[in-house]
Amino acid sequence: MITIDSLTKRYGGFTAVDDVSFTARSGRVTGFLGPNGAGKSTSMRVMVGLTVPTSGQALIDGRPFAELPNPGRKVGVLLDASAQHAGRTGREILTIAQRTMGLPKLSVDHMLHKVSLTDEEADRRVRNYSLGMRQRLGIATALIGDPDVLILDEPANGLDPAGIRWMRDLLREYANKGGTVLLSSHLLHEIEVIADDIVVIGNGRIVAQGTKSELLDAAGTVVRAEVPADLARALSAAGISSTASTDGAIRTDAEPALVGRVALAAGVALTELKSADTAGLEEMFLELTAETQREGVAA
Amino acid sequence: MSTATLEAKAPSVARVAAVDQPIPMSRLVSVELRKMFNTRSGFWLMASIGIAAVLATTATILFAPDSELTQDAFSAAIGFPMAVILPMVAILSVTSEWTQRSGLTTFTLVPHRERVIGAKALATLIIAVASMFIALAVGAVGNLFGSAVVGVDTVWDVGVMDFALIVLANVLGMLVGFMLGVLLRNSPGAIVGYFVVSFVLPGLFMALGNAQAWFEDVWPWVDFTYAQGALFEGDVSATEWANLGVTGLVWLVIPMAVGLRMIMRSEVK
Repeated sequence: MITIDSLTKRYGGFTAVDDVSFTARSGRVTGFLGPNGAGKSTSMRVMVGLTVPTSGQALIDGRPFAELPNPGRKVGVLLDASAQHAGRTGREILTIAQRTMGLPKLSVDHMLHKVSLTDEEADRRVRNYSLGMRQRLGIATALIGDPDVLILDEPANGLDPAGIRWMRDLLREYANKGGTVLLSSHLLHEIEVIADDIVVIGNGRIVAQGTKSELLDAAGTVVRAEVPADLARALSAAGISSTASTDGAIRTDAEPALVGRVALAAGVALTELKSADTAGLEEMFLELTAETQREGVAA
Repeated sequence: MSTATLEAKAPSVARVAAVDQPIPMSRLVSVELRKMFNTRSGFWLMASIGIAAVLATTATILFAPDSELTQDAFSAAIGFPMAVILPMVAILSVTSEWTQRSGLTTFTLVPHRERVIGAKALATLIIAVASMFIALAVGAVGNLFGSAVVGVDTVWDVGVMDFALIVLANVLGMLVGFMLGVLLRNSPGAIVGYFVVSFVLPGLFMALGNAQAWFEDVWPWVDFTYAQGALFEGDVSATEWANLGVTGLVWLVIPMAVGLRMIMRSEVK
């Protein structure tokens, strides 16, 4: 279990992480979602003791990371797959981790096999690796100590679709066996297909968190009518607040069934009625993180 | 309770014990030694210690006057490339964690930076002493071979004390490299820094000493490289030890302390 408690990190006048609190529970995959520069990586560096927080703390099973006697056996960490000595072979990088943790020599070959790096690839120097191969090597380094907790920063970056599928299955299986998985991504879809719990961060602050289903349910309903204005009027008469999108759809927090009944009673013909789910979460993600987006919202 | 459950329980107990076992310093030192050899640049840097020793020995046999084919001549010839290569080994051991960013993994697996830096320092000292013994052996073979080829008496004029002082001088040189690595945490910067401190600065001091008479008395008290020169003479006076202590404090100990303090606090990215 990872417990983040009122974590704040300031650089001079800039607050990279602002009073962040959440828990990544064991047996579950927790997705840490946010646009680039939202504070995900800084938070993760604080969790593993690479960055000292301005205030607050991060605990692994109730203990600060630095107090773990042999951290690699407890927490598997992948922060940046490219952060390796380019002149070292993949096998040597894994061997360094194996020896530091005091693991049997065999575990290196076992891990290389598990992440599907061939012997030939393992003996190549990392400068000649593709990003996908580096990610696999990074995953191997994180997993080799057989840890209970995984902290992975953008692990799907650079993987091909089959690789992403492989990673997803691996993390799922890991959580099902009781492990704690915290992974970050700036892509909603990636988080959505794998995570049980989602923490959304923007501008260093947590803007939403909960189980995936809670966040999806909260997303409400998308509805279209032949005459959108009539529908908006009927909804507001029924005390349901709604917003009209530029594309003519109307969005509301109310359940689809309720919206349907209101439309029927008002005699408004609907052309579409659906739970907002994915689209809603995406909308929420874009909205909540709008200030950090470099691209202005297309008008 | 059935034996099956007992058997199933046994490994998990063993595993818990292993997980809670702290990482011993000896293991960290052996890992750091391995890291000095297992990159392409690291491997050739290490190999160059042996290669340079052999080349320097060969050159001495070929070019030195017959009367000067003594063990001292060989050790001086081998000593010069060593004084350049060993500090590079020390520098890269520290700076590659930042320049190559492997520190992200290193300091996560061992979240106590003072232990990692300590292990690197010990590995560096082991390399320094081992290289000097390699140099001694190559030089001895060269001395035997050279004197036999030329037909002069073999002269063994490097005593145990002389050798110990030369080892100390090389350890100090390596520590200067280590200090620059710790202080700058950047490979090109620290390497350039080493050449400035060890070759450019002594030149400036020498120019100053030649131009200004008053500086001659101060010189041994400010120039670390000059003070180290006494170690190669074989006989170090009390004043010369004091010179070494004072200049070592200023040029090595204090900047090292500043650098270590920065490493402990800095963010690893």
